[in-house]
This record gives sequence, structure tokens and C-alpha cells, in this order.
Amino acid sequence: MIKAILIFNNHGKPRLIRFYQYFAEDMQQQIIRETFHLVSKRDDNVCNFLEGGSLIGGSDYKLIYRHYATLYFVFCVDSSESELGILDLIQVFVETLDKCFENVCELDLIFHMDKVHYILQEVVMGGMVLETNMNEIVAQVEVQNRMEKSESLVGSVAKNGHVTFPT
Amino acid sequence: MSDVVEKTLTALPSLLSLDSQPGSAKLSSTSKLGNLIRGITELTSKHEEEKLIQRELASIKEQVSSPNTSMRQMKELMVRAIYCESLGYEASFSYIHAIKLAQQGTVLEKRVGYLAVSLFLNESHELLLLLVNTVLKDLQSTNLIEVCMALTVVSQMFPKDMIPAILPLVEEKLNHPKEIIRRKAVLALYKFYLIAPNQVQHIHNKFRKALCDKDPGVMTASLHIYLQMIQENPEGYKDLTASFVTILKQVVGGKLPMDFNYHSVPAPWLQIQLLRILSLLGKNDQSTSEIMYEVLDESLRRAEMNHNITYAILYECVKCIYTIHPKSDLLEKAAKCIGNFVLSPKINLKYLGLKALTYVVQQDPKLALQHQMTIIECLDHPDLIIKRETLELLFRITNAQNVTVIVEKMLEFLHSNTDDYTTIDLVGKVAELAEKYAPGNEWFIETMNTVFSVGGDMMQPDIPNSFLKLLSEGFDTVEEDRKLRLFAVDSYVSLLQGEPGKLPQRFLQVISWVLGEYSHLREELEPATVMRLLAKLLDMKQTSSETKSWVLLAMTKLVRAGQVFQSAQEVSETYGSSMDTVLRQRAQELQHLSQDCELRARVLPQDAGLEPLEVDSSLSFLDGFVSEALAAGAAPYKPPHQRQEELAQAKALSLEPYGLSLPISMSSCSIADRQSPTLLSMSSGLSGDSTDLSHKGSSTTLKLDGVKRVWGREGYLAQREAVEEAAQVEVPSPLRSPSQQAEADSSHSQTPTPTPTPEPDQEKQQLASSLFFGLSSQSSVCLMGKSEPTPQRFRRKAKGQASSSGAAEQISNSLVSAPSAVDNFLCNNLLDSNITSQVGISSSEQTSELSQGPATTNGTCDTEAESTDGDIKGSNPSLIIGDNGLVAADPTPHKDPGSPKDFCLSSHLPAELSELCRSEITPLCSNQSLGLSACHVHKEDSLVLVVFITNSSDAAIRQILLDLDSEQLQVSCVSDSPVEDVTSHSVAMHQFSLTVKRPSVHVEVVGMVSYQLPVGTPQEVQFSYKLPLTSFIRPLTVSTEEYGTMWLSFSHDTKQNLTLISDGEEPLTATLNVLKEKLQLHIVEIIGMEGIIACQLLRDQPCLMHCRVHADVLAVWLRSPVPDLPDCLIYHCQRALQEH
Repeated sequence: MIKAILIFNNHGKPRLIRFYQYFAEDMQQQIIRETFHLVSKRDDNVCNFLEGGSLIGGSDYKLIYRHYATLYFVFCVDSSESELGILDLIQVFVETLDKCFENVCELDLIFHMDKVHYILQEVVMGGMVLETNMNEIVAQVEVQNRMEKSESLVGSVAKNGHVTFPT
Repeated sequence: MSDVVEKTLTALPSLLSLDSQPGSAKLSSTSKLGNLIRGITELTSKHEEEKLIQRELASIKEQVSSPNTSMRQMKELMVRAIYCESLGYEASFSYIHAIKLAQQGTVLEKRVGYLAVSLFLNESHELLLLLVNTVLKDLQSTNLIEVCMALTVVSQMFPKDMIPAILPLVEEKLNHPKEIIRRKAVLALYKFYLIAPNQVQHIHNKFRKALCDKDPGVMTASLHIYLQMIQENPEGYKDLTASFVTILKQVVGGKLPMDFNYHSVPAPWLQIQLLRILSLLGKNDQSTSEIMYEVLDESLRRAEMNHNITYAILYECVKCIYTIHPKSDLLEKAAKCIGNFVLSPKINLKYLGLKALTYVVQQDPKLALQHQMTIIECLDHPDLIIKRETLELLFRITNAQNVTVIVEKMLEFLHSNTDDYTTIDLVGKVAELAEKYAPGNEWFIETMNTVFSVGGDMMQPDIPNSFLKLLSEGFDTVEEDRKLRLFAVDSYVSLLQGEPGKLPQRFLQVISWVLGEYSHLREELEPATVMRLLAKLLDMKQTSSETKSWVLLAMTKLVRAGQVFQSAQEVSETYGSSMDTVLRQRAQELQHLSQDCELRARVLPQDAGLEPLEVDSSLSFLDGFVSEALAAGAAPYKPPHQRQEELAQAKALSLEPYGLSLPISMSSCSIADRQSPTLLSMSSGLSGDSTDLSHKGSSTTLKLDGVKRVWGREGYLAQREAVEEAAQVEVPSPLRSPSQQAEADSSHSQTPTPTPTPEPDQEKQQLASSLFFGLSSQSSVCLMGKSEPTPQRFRRKAKGQASSSGAAEQISNSLVSAPSAVDNFLCNNLLDSNITSQVGISSSEQTSELSQGPATTNGTCDTEAESTDGDIKGSNPSLIIGDNGLVAADPTPHKDPGSPKDFCLSSHLPAELSELCRSEITPLCSNQSLGLSACHVHKEDSLVLVVFITNSSDAAIRQILLDLDSEQLQVSCVSDSPVEDVTSHSVAMHQFSLTVKRPSVHVEVVGMVSYQLPVGTPQEVQFSYKLPLTSFIRPLTVSTEEYGTMWLSFSHDTKQNLTLISDGEEPLTATLNVLKEKLQLHIVEIIGMEGIIACQLLRDQPCLMHCRVHADVLAVWLRSPVPDLPDCLIYHCQRALQEH
């Protein structure tokens, strides 16, 4: 299972935090700090797996991360996940973001944090991998986007009107 | 693709600074969130950020609580609150508004609301109750998006006790026409399964339907559930093997739509999942494994494209092949595959290669030999993770020959390592290796010195404990033991003469214990010198008070010699007035024992490490005191958990009508319960260390599940012989020179050996030959079926591992935590004299504890409990007879008593057990010389586990030690003197009494038997024995009135609907009778459509059940004072009814 997904930038500023296992607020921040500390001191030419954080789940816990320019994408998983599988899942997620935001950059993640969360919800649900096919994820997100557009249309006509979608 | 992403992400800093750029226009709208973010990026210090966010939060708070804020604005506010929370600032005021937004908003606003809720709250948050109705409504919505949102939030976090409310709706979604809904529903159900397995038990066949879904996505989702369920119970799903194989075959063969391809690999994640399932199914099962050989071969063959994800599949394939029943040509291919991983220039693959090697190396040490040069190179790899993984691999291949080199490498790494977690882990491993394979005393002590000084105070407490235990118990011969101790003393004296200030506290404790106990062995060493060194420790600022008390205790032992009386008096005077009570206690002891030689000789006998001190752990000597106190009107003592429970009950709102009086819970105030708190209060920190001994090595031992079992038995090896023989040629003999060896190796494995400059190469090869020394010989040993036990140098003497846990506790008390033993002793003997400051404290504590309970006296309470026991026996003799009838009704009856082995073993059962109902005798493990089987016997007041040890060899087996342990159970040995020797072709029997510590649906006992054959080294075999909780259930005979009062006083409950059984009889009676028969419940009364049932879990843990027929189902409500018991029992009720 995926225990947490953390995205932060090169300075350790969190950009997206999603925990699938409950941790108290201060514990979450501590995990983010420790994870950043572990990940940031690693060169780009070493392996993308890290073991040995003591915060989430101890020895059964592994960090799998990718570094894109200014951002770190870190997945905290237990031993039931395949390391290389998750590594490619991160790639799928980032490619999806790129498709949805048309050339994604850190600013997209900052200003549209909620949208990033919605996209992530289509990839990982409650800690389980839901969908790995980028086209499928993008399709789901687009259904929601269309709803958003038409709602703003409808919204200007009749405020708070309930919109039902052709499915 | 990733290049593009990288490029755009690199462009970011310029975007941040230039707002006017076209690209940023779409991002930084004039929204308030935009302002906030811009504000934050402009800040320079953490302090300013905090101020800004607090201001922001205050303004959000004001706006959300204003009635004029529209839902649309609320949505925007909520996003800002989420942003603040993700930066680590709490916005708890917004939680309730998030829920409101999810309840009342339009689809889009709802989406934000749900998102905020799932980010802010956790399963146990009380506000979640407000969400249940909203989720219910949205699940029924016609809008797909709403349904999706509800399912997502449900799988993210949902309160356990609310699952029944929405379960039917989620179940219904399994038949939804849209596959995305079906898929999410499957995952939501999986989540339910994880948090409350018994709630979804009835829909297992629907999972099967999901597995057969026409949409591959839904099928993929259902694999999550199957992976979990098969992990828990592989036996139950063997029939699905063929289906999984067919699915995998189709996937590998490219039968799925092109959509599922990822970099032209068909559905890689699905393949990975399937391979994991297959390896679980095929483990230890030849016939199941045979079904999958073909598809595994196919997968290996197909996955040859050079993309990351194909390696992921290959890796799983290899692991699967090595887990299931072995097949030679597959193994060969897998080994080649591992070679590709290890030799790959890609660092991720190298990492996985090392992992795979670590996994397989125990079965196939020659594989490590093949790659020895690569492994050596990895040892010097710049990446610490790779280095650590390599050390892990080396740890697995350590033997008596290469231990010094490997430990040296590990210590080298430790010295340069800064990460605590790694240090703790590695230190444990070094200690384990040192204990197992130490080539000599000197080396052992020096290695342990490094372990203690590097591991410091972070390491597992069991390392110093087991070290001291080892020293005191001794191993080989008396002379060797003496030498080891002498060497330790010498080494520590010189350490203390150096700079003791740099040593960690734990190490100082070890040193002082050893010096106190053994410094007299070195005759030329003056006790005064040791005394002075120890006194120096006391004076150091950084010495903790825990260490000081160890030092004082060591001094107490040293006073023996008599010459150091003066300095002892000084020290005891200094600390006699310490603020720390423990220290004061030690100082008092020091003072009195240094004056009274006779008493000292009894309390701290010299060289008496092995004789267990008689410790009166029930504190019976205090009985007089207690009864006096009770007679004087003190309240009886209650154990802390009971006090807490009562306190909680008193605090919680009671929704039930008040009962007449609360009955005292059954396990309440028996005298034995008193021991723990008193002991704790007196021996505080010190004995804490010793109690840890019981879970020794929980984290430091290897995880070898399955590995040994597949390969350790001769049957498998016989099949492999042919391959091995061929392979034998490849295995270089350790006698050849290192260079020859490497040459031979590289030419055979045909892998390109890296060609660095000749000189370091030579060096590395030398290292290789020392690292891998002994491996090849080990592999040939492996052929003969004796791969497991390697001779352990520091093998504990048999006595130390007494199988009964009680005895073990006693020994550890006397050995390591001498302080606590002293405590007891002092209490026992010195109670009359006037120096019992500590005792005084503890007894006053006790009286204060005593005064808290209700005014029943201890004595009467106890006899009451006994008399109810007696009542049960007396008033209901049919129960005892009923036991015989039980044989048929037992959940796991021995249907085939005629099977010869069973019969033969059962004849060994003692007379008093053979009459009783028991389970079938199941074999646990066996090898050529020894076989283990077990069964459990249902006694009326206990469950007895009988383990049969069959000696099938021609020689006697000696020093048999049986050690059982369980997470959920309390295991105690019944026989007083366990059989240690079994003559040829005979059977010995051990009995253990089991009681439940922590209820769980299935409970498991794991054990280890160690024994000694006349020739060869000592051996160990591990086994486990699983039994259902129902074996511990006994009827509880109570009257309806008693039932009523008990019902009100129990705090843990669960509710569930069960299916009714109607075979002719009235459904309620029929169902209850089935339950009664299968689970041994007592039907208290049936009134109309309601029935009440009572039972108890051994020992004395009642559980009550209330059933009501409601439409076609039986609504059951269970209550018990024991957490989890109702949940477990309802599970078994469901099973019992299903099986019927």
C-alpha cells in the first residue's frame, strides 16, 4: 500500500501532501522534513529508492522518489508495492500532470493544488493504485473539467443550479 | 517526455519573478489564493511566514463563520485553508465548514468539500459522523461524478463502525454499468476488508464476480483484494490458481486492448500483481507450482524489451520462481536474470539485483560466488543505499570462515554512517554475527566493544542483555568461560583507564556489571583499583542516574573482598541522600551489605550466575500486611487496566438505563495480579532492561520465512541434485588461489568481469576470496540436506533456554537484572529492620492503590470468584459429560481417527487427556531424524497443546528444547521436567497450557525445537501451529438476571446481521442450536423472537450475545469487557452458519 505521497521543491517547501494513513499534524510535518532531509542530500546519479526512515512504519517502509528540476515526487510505500512499478507510476503521474496543465511547472502545482489532488485521486485511491493508464486518467479529469466549464456557464444564468451530466 | 517536463519545470524561477509573462497569466489570477502565495514567496524568514499565515487564517475564519458567505466563496476559502494546512498550520475551525460544503454545495463545491474533509480529518474524528448521511445520499445519486466522489472519500477514510450503514450501497455498485464505478467500489470494499474483515465476509463471492469482470480494469482492482486474502490464507484460494495463470497468459500474450499497454508492454502493473499472487499460491506447494511453470517461462521470455517497467516484471518473475516449488530450467533462467540486474550499469537495477541476490542466496550460495567481484565493487559504491544492501547480502552469507572480514566491513560502514536507523539495524546484525560465529574470545570482546561504543544508547536493549547473559551462562568449557571473562575484565579496565567520558551509558552499564561480577577473576587486580575506576564514573557529569545505580551495584559486589570498605562507605554516604529514590536505594544496599557479610553472601553469591535465585514473585510474604490493611478497612487492590476501565466507564455517557449494581468483572482482584505494579515500582528503570529479554531479537533476527522450508527438506534437494552436480564444476574450490578462482568464475559465468587496473584488482580478488570463503563448501553441504545449522560458537548452554516461560523469566531476573532480584530479596529479609525506605514507599503506594476500589475486601472477592467456578461445575455436570459429545461438534474434528499415524501418536496421549475432545494430530515439521506433530485438547478450564516429538532416526536425540511463543497467547509449560532426550524410534510428548492474551480470529503459536544428534552439530527446526479462537470458547452458565447486570457493565460491543437457518425447526432455535453446537455457547434463554447466549473465553473473559429475528435475518449484538472479542466471535458465528 502507498502510505503517503509528498511533493516538495528543492527547498523542502511542500507542494502537495497526501497521507493515506493517519498521522497527527505535527507528525506529518516531521515526516515531510525528515523525508526532504533524506532525499535532498542524494545525488542525481544514485538509486531512486531509500530505506530506513524511522517515522512511517519502520523497516517495512520505503521511499521511492523522482527528482524533476525543481520538484521532488516522493511515494512512501510498504513492501507490498513493486519498486520499479511505483517509479513508473510517478512518471505516469507527472506525464498526466503535464498533459492536463499543458507543460506543467511548479507554479501550476502551487496555484492549482486542488486540481492536482483531483488528478491524483484518479491515480491512487485510498492508498491503492487505481489507474495506471494515462489516457484513462486524463479522460476522467476532462469529464470533471467539462462540468466545471458548463457550471460556470450555468452559474451565470442561475446561481447554484444543480447540473447533471450526460454520461 | 520527462525531458519536456524537466524543461518546463526549470523555467519556473523566471516565471515566479516575472508575473507579466503570458505563461503565468493563467496561473496567478487576481484571486486571494494567488495573493497569499505571492505574499509567501516574497517572504524571507520562517517567522514572517508564520505571521502572514496567522493573519490569513484569521481572515478565513472570520469569513467562513459569516452567514453571508456563499457556497461559491466558501469553496475558494476552503482551498486557501487547505493550502495553509499543507504548510503545517492548523485550521481546525474550517473542518466543520468543509463538511457543510460537502453536504450542501453543488457538484463542484462538493468536490472541494470532500477533498478538504479527506485531507483534514482521520477515521476516528468525531465530525465524520456528520458526513455519513451525505455519503449515503451521494452514493444513491444519478450523477456519476457524485458517486465517484463518495466512493473516493469512503476509501480514503471512513469510520469503522459506520461501514454497515453504507455497505449495501457500495455492494450494489459492483453491478453498476459504468466500469469506473465498479472499479472504485471494488477498491472501497477492499479498504473495508482491511479495516473490518468480518463485515465484508459475506460478499466474498462477489469479489469472484469482480475478478471475472469483463472490464480488465475492474479485474485489476479486484486483485488487490485477492493478494491480501491469499497472503492471509493461501490454502483457501488454491482453486483460483488456474484462473490467475490464464489471466496472466492472456496479458502476456497481448490479448488485452492496446489501451492497457505502457511503453508497448501489456499491462505491466497487472502482471506484477499477478506474479505476486502466484508466488504466494505456489509457495511450498508442488502441484500448484506446476500449473504456473509455463506462464512464468513465457513471462521471462517476453519481458526482454529494454524498458524500466519490463525489469519490474522480470524482478517479480525471478522472485516468484525462487519462492515456489523449484524447477531447474526456470531457476537457471532466473539466475541469469539476476546476473543481468546485478551487472547492469543502471543503479536502480543494481539495487534490485542485490535485493534479489539477498533473497535467493541462502538457497543458492553459488550465485553469490558468481557475482563476487560485482559485490566487492558495490561495497565501495558511492551510494550508501547500495552499500547497505550489499552488507545485508554479506550478512546472509556469513559463516565461521568469513565472519571477521564481513564484520570488519560492517564496522567500517558503521563508523562513517550518520543515519540512526541504519546504525541501529547494523549494530544488531554485527552483534548477532559476533555471537554466532566469533572465532576467538579476543575478537568477540573487541567486536562487542565497538558495537557498544558505536551503537551507543540507540541500539536495541536486548544486545547488552544477551551479551551479559552469554558471559554469565558460559558456553564451552569452564576454562574457556574463564578466559573470556578475564579478557573482558582486562579490556574494560583499560577502557576505564582511558577516557570513559566518551563511552555511551549502556556500555558503561555493561562494564560496571562485568567488573562487579568478574573482576575478582584477575587476581593481581586490586579491588581498590576497580573501586577507584568505578568511583570516577560516579563523579562524571554526564553519567545518568541509571548508570550510577549499576555502578553502585557493582561496588556492592566488590565489597566482598573487604579491603574497600572505607570507599564504599563514602560513596554510600554521598548517595544515601540522593534525590533519586533508586539511587538512594542502591546506596542503602551498599551500606548495609558492606557491613553484613553473611547477608551479602546470601544476596550476592559469588559466581552464582547460573543458579536461579528463588524469587517469590507473588510477594506472598506481604500477604499478612495486606490482610491487616484490608481488615483495617482498606479497599482491595485493582490492577491499573481495571482502574482505567472503570474510570473510562465513569466518564463516558451512559446511554443505558442504570442497572442495580455493577458486578465486579470476572478477572478482577485475584491476589496474583498484585505482583506487577509492586515489582515495577521498586525496581524501576533497571529491571526494564531485563524484561526486554523475553522479546529478544524481534527485530534483529533474519526474516527467513519460507526460504528454509522450501529448500531444507531432502525431497526438493533430490530433484535438484542433477543440476547441482553440473553446477558443481562451476563452483570454485576454496583451495585454489584467488586469481585462479576469479578466472574460473568469470569464464564459467560468462559475464563480462570489469577490468580495472591490475593491482587493485588483485586486492579485490583477495578480499573476494576472504569474503566468500566457505561459501562453496557450504553449498555442497547444502546438497546433503544440512544447509541450515552452522556451528555456533557461542551457543548457549541448554539450561539458559528453559522452555517454560516462567522459568526463563526467573533466570533472566537473577542474571541480568540482579538489582531487581536484590530488591525482592531485600524486601523478603530486611522488612523488619529499619532501612526499608523503598519498601516503605512501595507499600504506601500499595495501600493508596488499595484504597481506590469499592469496599469489598480482597479475600471475599476472591472466594466469590472461586465459588462461582464451583457452581458451574456443581450445578451443571452435564457440561463435563458434554465434552465427550463435543468430539463431533468440534470445529476441527478428527474425522479420520483411523489414519495410522494419528492413531499411533494418540496412543501416547496421557490418560486424563485421551478422554477429552481434541483436534486432529497435525504434523508440524519433520526431517530425516525428527518429526513434530501437535494437537490441542479441550479441557474444561483450559486448552492444552500437546506436541509430539518423534525420533525416527536410529540414534538417541539429546538436549531437546522446545520453545513456544505467541503474540496472542500466553503459553506455559505443563510438565514439570520436560523431556530432554528421546531414544531411537520413540515418541516424547510436551504439554503446554494456552490462554488468550489478545483475542484474534485465528491465533498462532510459533516455536522452535533445538536438539543434538550424537554426531554433528546442534540443530534447530522452526514450526508454527494455527488454531481458531473457537477452541478457547467455553459455555458460560449464567441466569437471565445475572446476564442482565453483566450486559450493562460491558463496554465493547459489535452488531451484525447473520443469516438464519431453517431446517424444519423454528428458525431462531435452529440457528442458535447450530451456534451452540459448533461454538460451545450457552443458550441462556429464548423468549419469543429473541434469544440470549453467553460464553467465555479462557480464562474468565465473558462475552454475551443478544439475538433478535428481524425479517429474514438474525440481528446479533455482542458485548464483552474484552476489546476485539466480539468482533472475533461474530466472525466465527458467520463461519459456523456458512459451514452448516
